[in-house]
Amino acid sequence: MIKFEKVTKVYADDSVALEDVSLHIESKEFVSIVGHSGAGKTTLIKMILAEEKPTRGTVHFESVDIHSLKKSDMPKFRRRIGTVFQDFRLIPNKTVFENIAFAMEAAGRTDEEIASDVPHVLELVDLGRKIWSFPHELSGGEKQRVALARAIVNQPDIIIADEPTGNLDPVNTYEIVQILKKINDLGTTVILTTHNKGVIETVGRRVITMERGRLVRDDKDGKYAI
Amino acid sequence: MLWINTKRILKAGFVSFARNGLVSLSSVLIITVTLFVLGGILFSGALLNSSLEEIKSKVDVNVYFVPVANESDVLALQNRLMALPEVASADYVSSEQALENFRNRHANDAVTLQALDELGTNPLGAIINIKATDPSQYEGIARFLDGENEARPGFIDRINYYQNKVAIDTLSSMIDGGRKIAFAIALAFIIISMVIAFNTIRLTIYIAREEISVMRLVGASNKYIRGPFVVAGIMYGIVSAFITLILLYPATFWISSVTGTFFSGFSIFAYYLHEFPMIFGLLVGAGVFLGGVSSYLAVRRYLRL
Repeated sequence: MIKFEKVTKVYADDSVALEDVSLHIESKEFVSIVGHSGAGKTTLIKMILAEEKPTRGTVHFESVDIHSLKKSDMPKFRRRIGTVFQDFRLIPNKTVFENIAFAMEAAGRTDEEIASDVPHVLELVDLGRKIWSFPHELSGGEKQRVALARAIVNQPDIIIADEPTGNLDPVNTYEIVQILKKINDLGTTVILTTHNKGVIETVGRRVITMERGRLVRDDKDGKYAI
Repeated sequence: MLWINTKRILKAGFVSFARNGLVSLSSVLIITVTLFVLGGILFSGALLNSSLEEIKSKVDVNVYFVPVANESDVLALQNRLMALPEVASADYVSSEQALENFRNRHANDAVTLQALDELGTNPLGAIINIKATDPSQYEGIARFLDGENEARPGFIDRINYYQNKVAIDTLSSMIDGGRKIAFAIALAFIIISMVIAFNTIRLTIYIAREEISVMRLVGASNKYIRGPFVVAGIMYGIVSAFITLILLYPATFWISSVTGTFFSGFSIFAYYLHEFPMIFGLLVGAGVFLGGVSSYLAVRRYLRL
């Protein structure tokens, strides 16, 4: 589904973020990417989101070369990917409902669909009672669950979670991981980056280890090897 | 789909205008100041124009005819003068009327009146009083009259343009200079205040740059992201225009009552009331343009990858 072929990324200041990375992620996989800060995890994810271009090599999403996409096709492409970040990235002056509705509006869904799907997806992340709250009225765990709800509401092909538990306590971390597993069980590909050993062990699936821009390990059975 | 998107963009714009109270307030205040400057320039321009018109209307050129000149010839010349595009008016004063005017002017001067009576006949000729559309046109009119005079010597007694020439020339160049300076000052003020307004709106959108990046990540198209910001910008402009229009009402009333008849009868307040549709259109238009275009340009920056 996602294929990195000999991808190298060198930034303008000659720092190498990725070096010769080749990687293949199948549909419906749950892949965890681990590594220290600066190992290249975030750059890898930005490549999939077309936020960064590789200096050399190609990244394919199914048969599409992501970086040859036209600018006008980009929004449509991004709607196939749900994203969750460490810092939640909710829109501060929109309510929980509006934050999720915005993603559906962007995808061109009707008002009726929005009215029925938003409460449904909030029930899924156990936040039904907070539907009219603003982000600043929520705890970190709640914000991350809203972000997850927003990421899955358009039924994307893939969910990318970049350190989603980085700002959360163990209980919330556990809950978020359980929701991600549930999403994966329902058939959505999940890519998760993390430093958290406990998270990797809870997930127990494929783990890719990165170090200084290189892919150093690829284990099928979930080991945290740093 | 287009209608649904338009509806959603409008709604999002209104909601963000209302929820970002302080940010909206600061933008509205800055645009209001800009529009106030614009209104001020508009009124000063009208004031300057009316004062200049007033001064210009006091300038004229008189053609004095010899007393024996034939009235029909004088009227024929008047017609030819009125046909000239640079002539605003050409009033005929008959020799009898000239004498009457002279007597009235010297009503308290017994000696002059006595001398006039002793003369027995009317020593004054007919006069044509010419006003040009613009002071710079008098020279051309005088040249036309010189031509007439050469064609028929002994018909025109004298033309007072040459006595007034220096005064007319000075006035012409003063009016011209005054216009240019006023225009330059107005332009400078408009540019400065527009730059400040533009920067304020840019700051408000800078605050929202994270929001814009999130919108892009969830796959919103550039148009859909930009729309609500432009709508909010246009609303800043409209609200500011209404505040300015409301403030101008007491402001012009006060200025008019303080200056009174100083500006030869021109009342800013009356101008405001009389030209209200034009002022309304100009301020609302300028506000919408300023708010809308500033927002559009400011968001564009964060939509580039």
